[in-house]
This record gives sequence, C-alpha cells and structure tokens, in this order.
Amino acid sequence: MTIKKDAIRYAAGLARISLTRQEEELFAEQLNHILAYMEQLNKLDTENIEPMSRAGSTGNILREDMVKSPLSNDDALKNAPEKEEGFFRVPKIIE
Amino acid sequence: MEEFVKYTASQLKKKIAQDNLAASDIASSVADRYDKVEDKVKGFAHFDKTLLSERAKELDKKGCAGNLSKIPVVIKDNICVKDELTTCSSKILAGFKPPYDATVVTKLKQAGALLLGKSNMDEFAFGSSCETSCYAPTNNPYDLEKIPGGSSGGSAALVAADETVLALGSDTGGSIRQPASLCGVVGIKPTYGRVSRYGLIAFGSSLDQIGPVAKDVTDCAGLLNIISGYDPMDSTSADMPVPDYTGSLIANIKGLRIGIPKEYNPGSITGPIIDEAAPVNETGIKIREAVDMLKDLGAQFVDISLPHTKYAVSVYYIVGCSEASSNLARFDGVEYGYRQKQPGSLLDMYKKTRGEGFGAEAKRRIILGTYTLSSGYYDAYYLKAQKVRNLIKQDFEDAFSRCDIILTPTSPETAWPKGLKTKDPLSMYLSDIFTIPANLAGIPALSLPCGYDSNGLPIGLQFMAKHFDEEALIRAAYTYEQNAGWQKVRPKL
Repeated sequence: MTIKKDAIRYAAGLARISLTRQEEELFAEQLNHILAYMEQLNKLDTENIEPMSRAGSTGNILREDMVKSPLSNDDALKNAPEKEEGFFRVPKIIE
Repeated sequence: MEEFVKYTASQLKKKIAQDNLAASDIASSVADRYDKVEDKVKGFAHFDKTLLSERAKELDKKGCAGNLSKIPVVIKDNICVKDELTTCSSKILAGFKPPYDATVVTKLKQAGALLLGKSNMDEFAFGSSCETSCYAPTNNPYDLEKIPGGSSGGSAALVAADETVLALGSDTGGSIRQPASLCGVVGIKPTYGRVSRYGLIAFGSSLDQIGPVAKDVTDCAGLLNIISGYDPMDSTSADMPVPDYTGSLIANIKGLRIGIPKEYNPGSITGPIIDEAAPVNETGIKIREAVDMLKDLGAQFVDISLPHTKYAVSVYYIVGCSEASSNLARFDGVEYGYRQKQPGSLLDMYKKTRGEGFGAEAKRRIILGTYTLSSGYYDAYYLKAQKVRNLIKQDFEDAFSRCDIILTPTSPETAWPKGLKTKDPLSMYLSDIFTIPANLAGIPALSLPCGYDSNGLPIGLQFMAKHFDEEALIRAAYTYEQNAGWQKVRPKL
C-alpha cells in the first residue's frame, strides 16, 4: 500500500494541520517508507486473534456520581491565548 | 562549595541528618553545579534559580520530615507542576502553566522533595534522541557530541551529570529505559497501572507510564515507593497494595530463573536489526559478560522465545501514533499555549496553529495516526496492530511460565552522533526494538548500566518481569549492581 500526496493532504486536513508543499512531499516519502516496513504485519494470520485495546485490567471502572468543586473559571481561563468576559475567545464561527 | 548533588538520595539523606543541612544549602549546591555544567549538558527545559531558592526557603520554614526531605528531583516537562512551565518541549504549549499538580508531583511535594525544574525531552515524547525538543537538544554527558537518548533524555542526562539526584521520566516505548541506558544511569518503567498518570500530558494512553530515573537501583526503589499506588483521578491505575520496594534490595539471586529470548541473542545484535548470523558487537559482549556474572551468582538461565518481537516496532508505531493523533487533538489554540492570530476562520486558526505549533516529528506522527485510524484503513492498520499486540502479550505469558525475569540489552547500540538518524524516522523508530515490547504487554522493565564500549559510552542491560512484579526486577538489578559496581563510574564534565 502506498500513500500519495493527496492522502497526506487528506489526513492532515482531518488532523487540522496545515502543511507546506515541501512538508507534504517529505512526509509522503517518509510515511511511504514507514508504511512499507509495516507491511510485515500482513505476513501474520490473525484471523482468530482478539484485538488488544488496553494493557491493564478490563472492565468498567464505576464511581459514585458526586458533586465536587470544579476548576474555577479564572483558573480554567488563565492560560487562554484570548479570552473575554469569562469565556474563551475564538474567531467568528457563524457567518 | 560541596557538591551535595553528586550524592545518591540514600547518601544525601544521611549527610542531611549528620550535618543538619538546610534545603537552602542543597539548592545553592544545585545552582552551583548548574552554572558549572549546564552549558555543556543542556538537560533542563525550564530552570529558574530564584524560584528554586524560594522553594528551598519554604521547605526550610515548613520543616518537612518526609521520605525525600530536601532531596533534589527534576520533573520531565510533560508532567504538570502547578503554576510552573510545563510545555512538553513544544512550541504549541509555549507559556503553559498548569492550574494543578500531577498526582506524582503532589506525592513528591508531600514527601518533602526539592523540585528543581523541568527536564528537556523530545517534543511530546516523540523521539529516541531528545533532538525533537523545541529547545536546544540535550547532550550526552559522556560525549557532548552524542545524543542522550530519548524521550526522557533531559532526565537521564541531568542525573548522569550530577545536576540532580533524582528525576521522573515517562516511558511509552522505552523513553525512560533507553536514555538511562545511553547515559549510564538506572531507570524503571513500572507496570501499566502501578503509577497514576493524572497530570501526565498523554501521548499513547494504553502505553504511557511514569517512572523513576536515578544513579543506582536503591534510589530507584525508593522513588518508586513514593510515586506508586492507586489514584481515583486515573481510572487506569490499579487498586492494589504497593509493596515496600526497598525490601527487595537483596543481593541474592540464587535460584532466580532468568530467560534469554533466543530472538534477542545478545551475541548477534548489529544495529537495530536482530540478525542471528551477524557478528557480536560491543553491546553483545557486555551483555554476555553480565550473563556470566549472574550465572556465577546463582541465577538459573532458561532459553525462551518471543517470536513476535520482530513485529513490535510496527505495532507500536501504529497503536502509539493512532492514540497520539487523538490525544493531541486538544492542542487547538483555544484553551492554552500557542495560537496563530492572523485573521481568518476558526478552521484556519486551528490548522495554522497546529501547523506552526507542532514540530516535524509531531506532525508526522499525528498524520500517520490519523491515517491509520481513518475510514478504509482502520482494519488494515489499527485493528491488525491490536491483534498482533495480543500475540506479543501472549509471547510474554508463555515465557513467564518458564522464568521469573527476562534479560535483554536495553538498546541495540550505544549513544550515536547527533543528527545521524533525524533524516530517516524509521531508523530512529527501530532503535526502540528491545524496549517497546514491555509497553505493548504492559509489564514492568528496568535498565541499568552493564559496562562501557571502547569509546567510553555506557551500555545498558534490561530486565523485564511479570505484571506488578517490580520486586523481581529490583532484586535482580540490585544483585548485579552490587557485584558489578558500574554505578560508581561518573562522566568527566
């Protein structure tokens, strides 16, 4: 399986990352190299193998639904690049 | 001034009691050492002398009698310390000061530790050489032209350079053990679930673990005691009793069954590829000498097989990058860190912020992970990798039915020249071949020095054990260390 430049552009778009033309070319070449190496996995028959999605114990961890004091509004906003009247400020969303 | 920071934690504790040392005395010694060698090592991402001296004064006023009272500890830059810079050595987190402490940091503060600052790392822990940091790369204290390993390269280099006594690192695919190996210090990746990750900025959530880096096995055991345990704030932490790991500092391994995987034959490792026909390299020779010593000490050696190890790098980079692509979605220029402020739409802002804020390796991994999770490729890559991960875990279960611990090299080679692997990401990835399997299986592993190559660069030995059997690791490592004595070697800076 080879990955083309438009596939890189597509994945970068999904990941919300803008790339320069040079980055697109470089990443396409490098990721092709990496994905070609990963082809080795196809040599293995995994038909009846369960996927492993966690390294620790399985099962749900439940707790009581209790009210606790959350992070204060000031603390939550302290690191925001732009804020206004107690809110995070972002570029206009609705035209 | 006496360089208190050159001691191990256990030595310094005695010294503090004997001479009635204040935290301020120790802080001055740290600052002095920093002035002498930090220009060469560049191990810190954030270090502030004024802050350190204030913190020391506060400790002296409070008079904490905890288990790490006044002992210098450095924290990796991806672990949150309240109101102090925590940036994952990335531009996208420029200026970020967390509003809370990670659980491990709370525990260190309760134990009276003197926190020095944040250690440099590969950006978001993406790397094996500390070269992807947005700050200057860290240098190996044994040879300043060489890499210290990564991603916890700053933590390992600062311990080796005697700029700190202890350090915390994080290990997703070898990020504690490989730099510990390359810098001649001791590092432990605990069992998945042993140490709370609340406040660790996530990379691969099914792989990440926080662990200790120290000058000897005794200090690693002591630090592991402090940071281990269940935490309601991390639902993946294990609700199990924590043993006193210093109780395993016993120099006796008579009857211990040590497995050597035939696929990792230490006599046949050349570069990153396991090649059974290849000639012995210097790492292989030192590993053989360590095996001989352990045999003389009464260990029983068993041949085992981990047949799926050769697939571990592929599995790891699919699983790790997939998880990273999801975890790093939160860096969007809204809540914290860097933001590209040119006029444009919200989408433009996201894309430009992330395009400019992340370095090349971070972008590469996020894009790879997004690709392997994307519709049409999910089954071929992500699901396939999860299945092979299960086979790798089963390899270990089979192996541990026949032995108590497994011995391998930590890294196939010693520290390499800076820049050697930065142009070829796959060659960098392959250097993690011996450390990755433990993360995939969730088992604990430890690296400690087992000698030096002809250029004077440290070589590391890795032990792996069953889930939650850190005690076996510590006992085997302590026995070897007490007999081999490599912990006494220090770099000349």
